Amino acid sequence: MELVLALGIGILAGSGVWLLLRPRTYQVIIGLSLVSYAVNLFIFSMGRLRVDAPPVLGPGGSGSAIYVDPVPQALVLTAIVIGFATTALFLVVLLASRGLTDTDHVDGQERR
Amino acid sequence: MTGGWTVHLMVVPILLPLLVGAVLLFVNERRRRLKAAFGAASSVVLLLVAVALLRFADLPTEAGGVATGVYLLGNWPAPFGIVLVVDRLSALMLLLAAILALPAQVFALGRWHRAAPHFHSLFQFLLMGVNGSFLTGDLFNLFVFFEVMLAASYGLVLHGSGRRRVKAGMHYIVINLVASFFFLVGVALIYGVTGTLNMADLAVRIPAVAPEDRMLLEAGAAILGIAFLTKAGMWPLNFWLPTAYAAAAAPVAAMFAILTKVGVYILLRLSLLLFGEGAGTLAGFGTTWLTVGGMLTVLFGMIGMLAARSLGRLTGYCVLVSSGTVLAAIGLEDPRVAGGALFYLVSSTLALSALFLLVELLERDLEQPEDEPDQVFADVEEDLEDEEDEVGVPVPATLAVLGLAFVGCTLLLAGLPPLSGFLAKFVMLSAALNPDGLGGGGQVSWQGWLLVPLLIVSGLVTLIAMMRAGIRRLWAPPEPIVPRVLIREAVPVAVLLGVGVVLTVLADPVMRYMTDAATALHVPTSYVETVLGKERLPGPRSAPSP
Repeated sequence: MELVLALGIGILAGSGVWLLLRPRTYQVIIGLSLVSYAVNLFIFSMGRLRVDAPPVLGPGGSGSAIYVDPVPQALVLTAIVIGFATTALFLVVLLASRGLTDTDHVDGQERR
Repeated sequence: MTGGWTVHLMVVPILLPLLVGAVLLFVNERRRRLKAAFGAASSVVLLLVAVALLRFADLPTEAGGVATGVYLLGNWPAPFGIVLVVDRLSALMLLLAAILALPAQVFALGRWHRAAPHFHSLFQFLLMGVNGSFLTGDLFNLFVFFEVMLAASYGLVLHGSGRRRVKAGMHYIVINLVASFFFLVGVALIYGVTGTLNMADLAVRIPAVAPEDRMLLEAGAAILGIAFLTKAGMWPLNFWLPTAYAAAAAPVAAMFAILTKVGVYILLRLSLLLFGEGAGTLAGFGTTWLTVGGMLTVLFGMIGMLAARSLGRLTGYCVLVSSGTVLAAIGLEDPRVAGGALFYLVSSTLALSALFLLVELLERDLEQPEDEPDQVFADVEEDLEDEEDEVGVPVPATLAVLGLAFVGCTLLLAGLPPLSGFLAKFVMLSAALNPDGLGGGGQVSWQGWLLVPLLIVSGLVTLIAMMRAGIRRLWAPPEPIVPRVLIREAVPVAVLLGVGVVLTVLADPVMRYMTDAATALHVPTSYVETVLGKERLPGPRSAPSP
């Protein structure tokens, strides 16, 4: 499972970085989304991977053997919300730029 | 902060802007005067609170330690809950933010708050993010406040719209979003290694990190550092900065002068808290990078200043020189150099803020007509001009007043006598050349030998660039171009420069405060003990502690 997750994070981050470096605003925003998925998965993995373990203590249960660290999961939740909001904001700027400059190039003009 | 309602004073700099900003969203956009009054009232209260916190942080404690205020949010004790911490440094930065906020808001009354809706709300949210970043004692909470600050700044950098702003704003947003991802990765790595996000708890746990985990921790700290260095504008992460700051509306840019300092503040705090002398084998991690990077930033800023053709970009490069100088000085790990750097930080930030306002006044009648904001979205309020077509009183002898203010900014930024910029640079030079105190001799480190000429040359280059720009704008035109400047636009500039003069007159107590703040940062044991030892308040339903 570690291998699958690591590969997943790597592929998402790699594709995201490649798209971020492209000249079209749409590619940039997709790249940002992919990188944010990669980062969220990465934060999640920092709580150690464990299957079938709840992030809360059950009744009478104690000891770290039966539950996973809930903090990274809470952090991921916050990161998702913030990443979503800022991506939405960037979408608005992208549209404004498209409307003002009549091009979707990130520099507001086509390279001549 | 013991007993009574004063306990809650620490949370006011975060809650008040949040509430005021939220309430202002519901006020009709045509009632700008009301909105401005609310915004200004909030800033005045913030200023008073910041002064109160500063006075508290400067109190001597019985044990001879450092006064550190700790506020347990939700009444959870330190490593488990989120804490707010105020010490000398954070109180100083809070005060600086409040001092910058009020003049920027008054300046916006002239014309800028009419340019687009929700200026005052966004401004309050920006203040909330900035204050929160200064107060928080928790890494992830820091991320949240950073994002609040950045989200508000994304809105503000686009304030007034126009092609140039949207283009610069888009670059600004993408770069800061990517920096935020670095922030998250760094925080996650640090959490993965140490299992805590509380800064004080991190300081305790980092010396005990197993040797095989050290590499991960260092990687995490370095990645985290990239996020802050991007914000602080260290070369080569800063190419976006002059463009974005020059494109932003004047009151926005004046407030943005503190955003780079938020990055600097966090670097100063974290590098000394986590990798200070108590960190064992990790002590001094990254300080050489800070010094070298800061010096390269100053070099880059100097070249940019000499090459800049417009006043706006010149100011943007001044920002780089200012934060580069502070970064380089932090890297020396000498409390007295850091004290001088703090003084320099305050005085240069004030001067930069004043200069951003001044540049708009000087260039407002030279603007190209094509820069008119186009309507992109149809839902923007149609006629924002109707409530009161403000006329206001123009400033007499405009060019003389503006020229005098320009000279004041130049003196502060270049570090020339008699203003506080000179005193700050002098303290840094003297401390760098006398590592064991004045007349105590001691070996000057190579960083010190590099810093001294750099400080002097950067002052000279600032002087040359500013003089050239000033002559070209104020003296060279055969027909003087006199901009129409209202009193309410000139007073903020005067106030900001006036604070610089006050800093000069009160240099002795101010410098003592700065040195105390820097010394406390270099010996963070008292900070750590106070934060981790803070007891919960007895609540009506709280269980008796075992």
